[in-house]
Amino acid sequence: MDFQYILLLKHEILLTLAALIILFVELFLPQNKKRNVINISLIIFAIVAFAGFIPTAQGNLFGGSFQGSRLTDVMKDILNLAVLIVFLQSTGYLKKSENADKMGEYFALIIFTLIGMDFMISAGDFITFFIGLETASIPVAGLAAYDRYKRKSAEAGVKLILLASISSGVLLFGLSMIYGATGSIYFADIAKNITASPLIILGFIFFVSGMGFKLSLVPFHLWTADVYEGSPMNITAYLSVVSKGAAAFIFTIVLFTVFKNITDLWELVMYALAVITITVGNLFALRQDNIKRFLAFSSIAQVGFVLLGIMGTGALGMTSVVYFMLVYVFTNLAAFGVAQAIYNQTGVETISGYKGLYKTNPKLSLVMMLALFSLAGIPPLAGFFGKFFLFTSAASHGYFILVVIAALNATISLYYYLLVVKAMFIDKNDKPIAFFKSSGLMRVSLFITALGIFVVGFASGIFEYIMSISSSIF
Amino acid sequence: MSFLNLFVAVPVLTVLGIMFTKDLKGTRIVSAIGMGIQLILAVYLMVFYMSQAGVNNLHEIIFQSDSVWFPSLNIHYYVGVDGIASAMILLTAIVIFAGVFASWKVEFLPREFFISLIVLATGVFGFFISLDLFTMLLYYEIAVIPMYLLIGIWGSGPKEKSAMKLTLMLMAGSALLIAGLLGLYFNSSAEGGPLTFNLIEISKITIPITAQRLFFPLTFIGFGVLGALFPFHTWSPDGHASAPTAVSMLHAGVLMKLGAYGCFRIAIFLMPEAAHEMSWFFIILTATSVIYGAFGAIQQKDLKYINAYSSVSHVGLILFGLLMMNSTAIDGAIMQMISHGLMTALFFALIGMVYGRTHTRNVNEMGGLLKIIPFLGVMYILAGFASLGLPGFSGFVAEMTIFVGAFFHNDMFHRVATIIVVSSIVVTAVYVLRVVGIMLLGPVRHEEHLKLKDATWFEKVSTITLLVSMAGIGLYPLWLSDTILGSLQPIMEKITMYLH
Repeated sequence: MDFQYILLLKHEILLTLAALIILFVELFLPQNKKRNVINISLIIFAIVAFAGFIPTAQGNLFGGSFQGSRLTDVMKDILNLAVLIVFLQSTGYLKKSENADKMGEYFALIIFTLIGMDFMISAGDFITFFIGLETASIPVAGLAAYDRYKRKSAEAGVKLILLASISSGVLLFGLSMIYGATGSIYFADIAKNITASPLIILGFIFFVSGMGFKLSLVPFHLWTADVYEGSPMNITAYLSVVSKGAAAFIFTIVLFTVFKNITDLWELVMYALAVITITVGNLFALRQDNIKRFLAFSSIAQVGFVLLGIMGTGALGMTSVVYFMLVYVFTNLAAFGVAQAIYNQTGVETISGYKGLYKTNPKLSLVMMLALFSLAGIPPLAGFFGKFFLFTSAASHGYFILVVIAALNATISLYYYLLVVKAMFIDKNDKPIAFFKSSGLMRVSLFITALGIFVVGFASGIFEYIMSISSSIF
Repeated sequence: MSFLNLFVAVPVLTVLGIMFTKDLKGTRIVSAIGMGIQLILAVYLMVFYMSQAGVNNLHEIIFQSDSVWFPSLNIHYYVGVDGIASAMILLTAIVIFAGVFASWKVEFLPREFFISLIVLATGVFGFFISLDLFTMLLYYEIAVIPMYLLIGIWGSGPKEKSAMKLTLMLMAGSALLIAGLLGLYFNSSAEGGPLTFNLIEISKITIPITAQRLFFPLTFIGFGVLGALFPFHTWSPDGHASAPTAVSMLHAGVLMKLGAYGCFRIAIFLMPEAAHEMSWFFIILTATSVIYGAFGAIQQKDLKYINAYSSVSHVGLILFGLLMMNSTAIDGAIMQMISHGLMTALFFALIGMVYGRTHTRNVNEMGGLLKIIPFLGVMYILAGFASLGLPGFSGFVAEMTIFVGAFFHNDMFHRVATIIVVSSIVVTAVYVLRVVGIMLLGPVRHEEHLKLKDATWFEKVSTITLLVSMAGIGLYPLWLSDTILGSLQPIMEKITMYLH
């Protein structure tokens, strides 16, 4: 095998090496210097993330089981970037004394999930896809239960592992039906033979249900808020951005490649799922006071918007989804970053606790406001561009009513985002959170995300680049 | 780079400048200088346009500059103005300049206040220079959001509730707008050519009538919410009453006109067939706005509520004129945009100044103020005269033109609608004169009102700027009217093309 072809696997190989190195380094560090593993891991991962941007060849490996293209590279790079920001934000959490004995594992587990996601994105057949999916889900349960002495965290872990396995089972059942109907596990072969026969429709429904759990589409969303609330906040950030992002990417790829001949069928399904996901997500977010639950429901609604992009199909649909996820990485991680900074310092994780924050911590409040406005899709922030292109994608197939429903829902979402802004900027509070200085790395991460929120929208080059490569997958 | 980009660059630089100021004084000075430059630019633009249009009799779009932004979707950053847009820019520049001076005394978080105010203005300026639907939407939404903070933080009364109501209603309007604009985009190429957001390009083709029937109401109502179209006007009284002075000025003076301008420039201009078909429905709504607003104003005792309802009524008149779809009525409607913009800004400025002294806005608690604060009193009377359309002020010219234009339609429906709308003038006279009578004349009701001081220098700058502009239109309306009529020519060709 050519060396050049091995480079197709560069993300996966680099990540594997990084995870192993981190585990070994922690093993051999003397007890009093264990803390250094945090900085070492950060440096290693930063190198890996940047190395991912180096362009390499495109092509297939292992007889078409693994596909590498510019588009999959971009998706993996987005996930790497998101994880890098998550790592920067979690140093404060890891330095707590209760985590002294499990710092290396944190990095290793997250990197392991990333490897699974990367394989999932590059999968050319359903076996690779499924193995990637499992690799990506199982370590997450460990992460959700990272605060092992906290009841809620343990509960989150158990909930996650149970539901992940049930959904994997459902998914696998669907895949087996599709295999039975088409006689192949390869994406390319299935795409050729797929018709709207009853067996395939049944298989497709199981497939969508299984993916619905991962994406927490309504009505498969019930685990989301509990798990998000129970997990440590940095894991919640990771779940809502990286896990969701990867699931959205792979869902889009499979729909666009494997099921492209039954588009009429799945567009109807997506229509219904989009409407109820956005609406239910929004309605539940209205009444939350816990910031984690709040962001959990808001992220359910955000994923509902992604479905609008998927409905556009073709290059525009793919571009709008990938672009939106990039925007979402910066936006949501900015919001979670601020929430974590506050939680690590003061233990406050309720919106009512944020009252009067602007007086004492103006910079944090401003970043939070930017993030929330971007989530709501307010220009000139990146979220506006992301949402607008998703709407454009849905409108390109004539779904104007859906666009109206979604845009009105965006207005409802603005209501609850404004409630947080109101708490920080308008409400009076006798005992607001005192002024504090967050850690240097946290500030770096907030700066990166804020910059992203401002720049990604205006810089049309990013959108155009994704557009130019997005047809390479079909 | 087009000259027009300065209209966005100057406010942005002003905002950056304010960020670096240390104290209250610096903030005020930077804001005043920035908006002063903006006013000079706007005057220059208007004069330049008029001299060009006058000499060559060419009413084309000037300072056009087109640069590609998102090539794959054919989104451009395309700017250019005609006489109407220049006039709106001038209006905005005057009101924001007066607004800065009217908020001279904001002492609570002044930097944040002026930054939000000027960001809001940036959105408005950007909207008026744009000729690309995407950038128009972008600027429109930029103009809406700072309002939440401005009303929520610096407002009075039930400010959080009003701010939320206003923001959500306007954003819901913009939700309809997004669908409407996307509908235009996907129907913008008749022969399968590239799709475009370019306003001028789209105006050259005829959108299929089935598409027009769906997207005209979306677009018209989308902008109509901002123009306080009945029954979507309810944000306006609450919002204006709770907003700080400068925000009420800018909002009633400019933003509501932005809604009307959008209704005209996008909905009616690009989809005239559907506009013609559905105009009966919207004429009923706008006539209701006019009458309902006027009667609403009679019922109120709070000065700001009176003026807010009066704005609903007057902006309804603008939309009414636009829907008549002939050049006389539309000319009048656009003059009314400018005239009412200045007038209502002056009203809100004066109300803010009076409220700052008496600490009440309830008409019945004031009295005899004309003797105590003669400058503000006289100003209020003059603004009132303009409001009820007395000759010599801008309001008269504008309203008269609208009614004349409306009477060109000689069928029963239009006649009745016009007569109903005309009768609102009488109602306007009632509420304006009643306030003047109770508040300014008559006995002094509170002892402590005797100690009130008259206008300070910055309040005079603010009010005189507005009054001079109003008189400039009222005494010699032709300069404005001709410029607008000239720029209307190409638009009317499109609107009347299919009416044979």
